[in-house]
Amino acid sequence: MSQTSRLSVISAATETRYHSSKRVSIVDRNLNKTKTAEIGLNAFAFLFSEMLQYAQKRVLGIQDLERKLNDFGYRVGTRLLELIVWREKNSKRETRVLGILSFINTTVWKTLFGKPADSLEKSTENEDEYMISDNDPLISKFISVPKELSQLNCCAFLAGIVEAILDGAQFPSRVTAHSVPIEGFPLRTTILIKLDREVLQREEQLKS
Amino acid sequence: MIFSLYIINKAGGLIYQKDFSEGLAKLTDNEYLVLAATFHSVHAITSKISPIRNATSSGLEVLDADTFKLYCYQTLTGTKFLILSDPSHPNIDLVLRRTYDIYGDFVMKNPFYTPEMPIRSELFDINLAKLIKQVTG
Repeated sequence: MSQTSRLSVISAATETRYHSSKRVSIVDRNLNKTKTAEIGLNAFAFLFSEMLQYAQKRVLGIQDLERKLNDFGYRVGTRLLELIVWREKNSKRETRVLGILSFINTTVWKTLFGKPADSLEKSTENEDEYMISDNDPLISKFISVPKELSQLNCCAFLAGIVEAILDGAQFPSRVTAHSVPIEGFPLRTTILIKLDREVLQREEQLKS
Repeated sequence: MIFSLYIINKAGGLIYQKDFSEGLAKLTDNEYLVLAATFHSVHAITSKISPIRNATSSGLEVLDADTFKLYCYQTLTGTKFLILSDPSHPNIDLVLRRTYDIYGDFVMKNPFYTPEMPIRSELFDINLAKLIKQVTG
């Protein structure tokens, strides 16, 4: 342990490449190294399938299962926000609602799935609701929910990621995932974001 | 013209059966199970009766009859995919491989599926129907 840390101190000081036989520990690696890395969809699908089965054994209902998936996503989202903001070295911190939502819509989706989300909409009924839609969410692409659990939406994982990003950027909200099949896209999912009242109040103040 | 698809698990139990054309004899569920179990046993026997010594035989692969042809693909895990088609249909081997791909995608990656149990997956049905339509259309 001490040997590895000594190596990283030396290389940071002299800025030479590692060429020793000691492997660099993951916490010392350059954060930009995996910026454009891709993983296999199949590998992720199997991992996510196992996560779901693991969660299913430890919950007592559909709401509980969705909350557990949301928690899984929350843990990913907090770290993802820090990483993405660090990688985008020249961006300013988002303070406006529209700013953070378009950040999620484009940058976060591009980092996760390689393409921006399909649409960002503001609800006409409620002031505090926004919707991000994805026509073909990759995480639940291979999952067929049985009839008994038809209310379950596996994109609760994605909702958890979005919720963590909003919380981390100081926009506390409740985020849920809903399935809204349309013509040609039977797997279309909408992430519904319900912002807290304090966010709206702050937005009002900033507008004036 | 593809008549039907059967998927048999390691133990010889039928886990999926689907007819793709009209006019086929309608059997009861029990009869389908018996059919699958019989085929499983026959397959096991045929893999042992190869006259060549020290050769690992793969068992029954094609069954040619007057009115139909039966193709069997056994995966490395022991799952068997059977397709019954009319004798003139070419490239059923490819159809079997594609069916195996769809099975791998929408059955194996489904967290709500228990291995070796009957398949009840909507996405599997939809994609299979798409494949069959593509092959026969």
